[in-house]
Amino acid sequence: MSNATTKSPFLANLGKIYTIYTGGFLAFVVFLGILEQLGVPERIIGFLFVGLTLAVYAGIGVLSRTMQVSEYYVAGRAVPAVYNGMATAADWMSGASFLAMAGTLYLLGYDGLAFVVGWTGGYVLVAVLIAPFLRKFGAYTVPDFLAARFGGNLARFIGIIVLLAASFVYVVAQIRGTGLIAERFLDIPYNIGVFVGLAGILFCSMLGGMRAVTWTQVAQYIVLIIAYLVPVVIMSYKFTGVPIPQIMYGQALEQITHLEQTKEVLAGVKPHIQPFTTYNPLNFFALIFCLMLGTASLPHVLMRFFTTPSVRQARYSVGWALFFIFILYVTAPAYAAFVKLEIYQNVLGTALDRLPDWVYVWGAHGKVKICGVAAASVDVVQQACSAKGVSVLDWKNFSIAKDVVVIATPEIAGLPFVITGLVGAGGLAAAMSTADGLLLAMANALSHDIYYRMLDPNAPTGRRLIAARIILIGVAILGATTATVAPPDILKLVAWAFSLAAAGNFPALVLGIWWKRTNPQGAIAGMLAGFGVTLAYLIWTAAPPLGLGNPELFGLKNISAGLFGIPIGFIVMVLVSRMTPPPSPELQALVDEIRTPKGGVVADKG
Amino acid sequence: MNAYWQETKRLMFQVLAIWFVFAFLIHAFVNVLNKVVIFGFPLGFWMAAQGSLIVFVVLIFWYARRQNAIDEKYGVAEDE
Repeated sequence: MSNATTKSPFLANLGKIYTIYTGGFLAFVVFLGILEQLGVPERIIGFLFVGLTLAVYAGIGVLSRTMQVSEYYVAGRAVPAVYNGMATAADWMSGASFLAMAGTLYLLGYDGLAFVVGWTGGYVLVAVLIAPFLRKFGAYTVPDFLAARFGGNLARFIGIIVLLAASFVYVVAQIRGTGLIAERFLDIPYNIGVFVGLAGILFCSMLGGMRAVTWTQVAQYIVLIIAYLVPVVIMSYKFTGVPIPQIMYGQALEQITHLEQTKEVLAGVKPHIQPFTTYNPLNFFALIFCLMLGTASLPHVLMRFFTTPSVRQARYSVGWALFFIFILYVTAPAYAAFVKLEIYQNVLGTALDRLPDWVYVWGAHGKVKICGVAAASVDVVQQACSAKGVSVLDWKNFSIAKDVVVIATPEIAGLPFVITGLVGAGGLAAAMSTADGLLLAMANALSHDIYYRMLDPNAPTGRRLIAARIILIGVAILGATTATVAPPDILKLVAWAFSLAAAGNFPALVLGIWWKRTNPQGAIAGMLAGFGVTLAYLIWTAAPPLGLGNPELFGLKNISAGLFGIPIGFIVMVLVSRMTPPPSPELQALVDEIRTPKGGVVADKG
Repeated sequence: MNAYWQETKRLMFQVLAIWFVFAFLIHAFVNVLNKVVIFGFPLGFWMAAQGSLIVFVVLIFWYARRQNAIDEKYGVAEDE
């Protein structure tokens, strides 16, 4: 209802605008393909791809600039369900989802599907338990809701700690990803690439906040999904004659299983479809559990649902978000299967001097290793293998880095470089869109929750929005600096984000909405206990220098540390709430209000 | 208001029950399901790679429609 009066020409023509944009992008890909055939060097093609897409995102960011608080924080609550779904999908799927998910499935086979199930099923919890109610409440940030529901700034502050713990390393990983792609496609040094990527990210978010990020994320989703589908569709057509990889990779699975059982160089290899070879059932299901509850607790995802025009649209929007995510996640196992089949058929058991070209192209980047060395050239490989007494290449002497499975597919399928450039642009879009969302989540918590709510509640609008932007730039530079100086080991921390977010936020969000008796004392105790136990387990078990390297309890891998922390958070929250007085009548009335869709947002519009 | 919330809660538990089956329970039977092969896909593998995902997407849209109907029935839907 609020959007009816403020509907701009842009919002009225969304469908037309993004259709033209998609057509324009496809025409641009074809145009670059023609340039390549005319002999334009690869470096120029890569530069045009990355440069032009970056310019488009930055352009959207500049066009969406705003000086209104509600536009800056929640895009004026005017984003229709379908578009918010696309933006959420881009926000959610990181550079790692785009580049490394298929590689993980290649390496782990069935067990890798825990990530596929875990990172999709969480949206059911978002839809049913959390998002519509947060939308009704009308907060600008997740800590804002915690503060209102649990009586003040202590709950807000713990919420901010959880948010920063779950988001900071995550954003470092995204900035690193943009730097690596810029390095590969623009041929500029990594440390400069990081800051080029960062400039692009800031252009998208700084001037227009959530409004700008929303419309760039929609544009980035379109680029990333096209880039993800094109190579594997062509590969499926080449292997099977039918361009629908999601259905046709069943054939590849059959052939993989057949080769695993009959080909000599594959003797003893882990069968692709056999369950529980890497994770035992406890770890498999614990991982699914933590990824799902983590998804439903990550602030940068939840805040996307603050932007829909109504509670009703918020519900549908979660469905659309999962639909758009589904398209990529249902395709990732097809990549894994086709690449594995290619390697089993044409690489393993082949004479070393007759390996396909792509092996040496990526070997030169250190991404393919044969007999323990980077496969830079035939000579290097032959030397290493004869030193090890290997005459025929078997599976034990071959390894491929998981982040090249997707990006090497165009070369494996014998496609021109323009498709490789397209995949690079897609990976860049995936990393940038997630970085945007994460940076905004952190900067908004610092500017809205700490600066405005806790330090200077009387700040005028202009000063609030300037503070928001200064903090955004500060967080971005801190992230980029970390990405250039911190050891790559830091990326292992990303896997912890889900358990930490789930243990810190999930019980408080769910009980705060669904159990009226939850009081501030219980919520604060429960958040501290859940988050604390999870963090303690992570530090206790992680290998040095990140942790103490102690043995795991019950063999539970630390990526699933939330399996301890989440139930403890719930139990402490219920027990302490029961032992202390019920929440005030005002808080109980607040719960009634957020449970009722009718009547507009609850939070003050401040 | 109370009846509205009772019905909302009932729907929530229904959705979570279906979610639990396809998030966890069905994958416990992966080895049994894998004996069935369709289009080259062992069924247990297919459930984790595609089946559960399809159920999740459909489940959310089904939930949104049901919940909106409950809102209208009790007159608490937003005026759009």
